[in-house]
Amino acid sequence: MSEESFDAIIVGAGLAGCVAAYVLAKEGADVLVIERGNFAGSKNMTGGRLYAHSLEKIIPGFAKEAPIERKVTKEKVTFLTDDTGVTLDYHNGREQNSTQESYTLLRGDFDQWLMGKAEEVGAQFITGIRVEEILTQDGKVIGVKADGDELTAKSVILAEGVNPILGEQLGMVKRVKGDVMAVGAKELIELPQEVIQDRFNVSKDEGCAWLFAGSPANGLMGGGFIYTNKNSVSLGIVCGLHDIGSSSKTVPQMLEDFKNHAMIKPLIEGGKLLEYSGHVVPEAGINMVPKLVDDGVLIAGDAAGFCLNLGYTVRGMDLAIASGEAAAKAVLAAREKNDFSAEGLSSYQTLLEDSFIMKDLKLYKDLPAFMETPRIFNQYPKMVADIMQSMFTVDGTPSQPIRKTLMKHCKEVGYMNLIKDGIKGVTSI
Amino acid sequence: MSEIVNVDVKLGVNKFHVDEGHPHVILKDNPDMNEYRKLVNACPAGLYKLEDDSSIRFDSAGCLECGTCKFLCGETILEKWEYPRGTFGIEYRYG
Ligand SMILES: Cc1cc2nc3c(=O)[nH]c(=O)nc-3n(C[C@H](O)[C@H](O)[C@H](O)COP(=O)(O)OP(=O)(O)OC[C@H]3O[C@@H](n4cnc5c(N)ncnc54)[C@H](O)[C@@H]3O)c2cc1C
Ligand code: SF4
Repeated sequence: MSEESFDAIIVGAGLAGCVAAYVLAKEGADVLVIERGNFAGSKNMTGGRLYAHSLEKIIPGFAKEAPIERKVTKEKVTFLTDDTGVTLDYHNGREQNSTQESYTLLRGDFDQWLMGKAEEVGAQFITGIRVEEILTQDGKVIGVKADGDELTAKSVILAEGVNPILGEQLGMVKRVKGDVMAVGAKELIELPQEVIQDRFNVSKDEGCAWLFAGSPANGLMGGGFIYTNKNSVSLGIVCGLHDIGSSSKTVPQMLEDFKNHAMIKPLIEGGKLLEYSGHVVPEAGINMVPKLVDDGVLIAGDAAGFCLNLGYTVRGMDLAIASGEAAAKAVLAAREKNDFSAEGLSSYQTLLEDSFIMKDLKLYKDLPAFMETPRIFNQYPKMVADIMQSMFTVDGTPSQPIRKTLMKHCKEVGYMNLIKDGIKGVTSI
Repeated sequence: MSEIVNVDVKLGVNKFHVDEGHPHVILKDNPDMNEYRKLVNACPAGLYKLEDDSSIRFDSAGCLECGTCKFLCGETILEKWEYPRGTFGIEYRYG
């Protein structure tokens, strides 16, 4: 057994783990981060858009020094069928304060930078070590076991991501069924900076976040996304797993067909594949939040289910950052009282309840069930496309009043369904 | 219709440190085919293959460690699912 005993050992150098380490070390706590990959971020992927607010509060002005790609100023949402696309296009030229900004980023660069910040203020970091087991004594967590070595700590923060094997081992996290998960697959496609600026109509440092509902996920819950980086675009799909067995397409095929859609293809023409990545996305929202604190241990980030999958977009990074901060603050409070029991660490729960994390998770608590309505991902995009086609097609047949055209297309989905989904949708958001 | 995807080409662009002889995902013998088909569809790396003669072929090299197969079929047809040992497996350069 090692002599040394840390205030906290953090498992995982994702955003949750790096931030927890930074906040703890900055206050002089003795902290060690253990990461199984060869550098922070080497195992991590994301769609690519970070809402800045939570990190901005911890490292004000971070975007000036962090390796971010572009500031998002253009938002697009497209309803896609196999052969049509209807797009809402929003350009935001308004002044925003720094907590309202959002940025595109790549985790390989970003996580390394963030871990570097934590090391600067004194956090210790080891890579290439997979934590195999959490050590307990009389039901209390006392450290970790990795590569045959045992390391003790007054507390352990599990920031191990969406697949919380260690949290399961401790019995804190109940394995959720695959059907409340989604899978994401992404390609990083290199394109010259000027080409990106032209094709996406953005200026030098500004970028575009573009979401696609409808055919990308083959009628299953999910959608597609494109985020512009400096010299590349992140293009991917997210697909709910609950009906994947009966899908007529595989996930890689969905991504390929999305890329080859007549609307997308010209955007990435001539681009070169730099990387292909995949990752599970937690989807059950508040329904899957595990036991968050126990004697000597806390769970943060994706491992705690802190992720909002709103169907066409996923938001987890700002939650991972804020929960890492909350976990660190709880450990600092426990250190003050020298009480690392569940009771001593319980401010974590309160901090979370008072933050946007629990509030947003509660606000969207009915959304996962609503998203299971397949109409949203197949019939509605088709309905919108049909309406557009009727409006824009002139072929000499006598025109119909617009109201009549609208009604006709709504009827195809069914008025009752529209009303039902409308009410369900409005009450779940 | 668009082209059939070749996932292996995409995986070929990635950086992997394969832990030879230590597969981190192991399939049970004679897995239930309904469960297996879910993974054929869901695995983003296309590692659960169905051959033309409907035999199955799975190899965990090329795994993106995404967790999908564990969540979908962990109890049913997987003998083992763990992360590769430290330093091994996928190394995302961009993420
Ligand atoms: C396709 C896709 C698109 C997304 N798009 C967005 C988006 O645009 N915006 C957004 O905000 N969120 C998005 N998300 C969600 C976001 O990526 C996650 O919520 C976020 O990465 C969670 O961070 P984390 O720190 O909790 O976990 P992770 O980033 O997963 O980090 C976990 C770390 O723990 C390490 N680890 C795990 N087990 C061990 C062990 N036993 N020993 C040592 N180390 C271990 C891992 O190697 C990893 O480094 C997306 C997710 C996906 C899959
Ligand atoms: S973890 Fe993901 S990439 Fe690896 S085999 Fe399972 S589904 Fe495929």
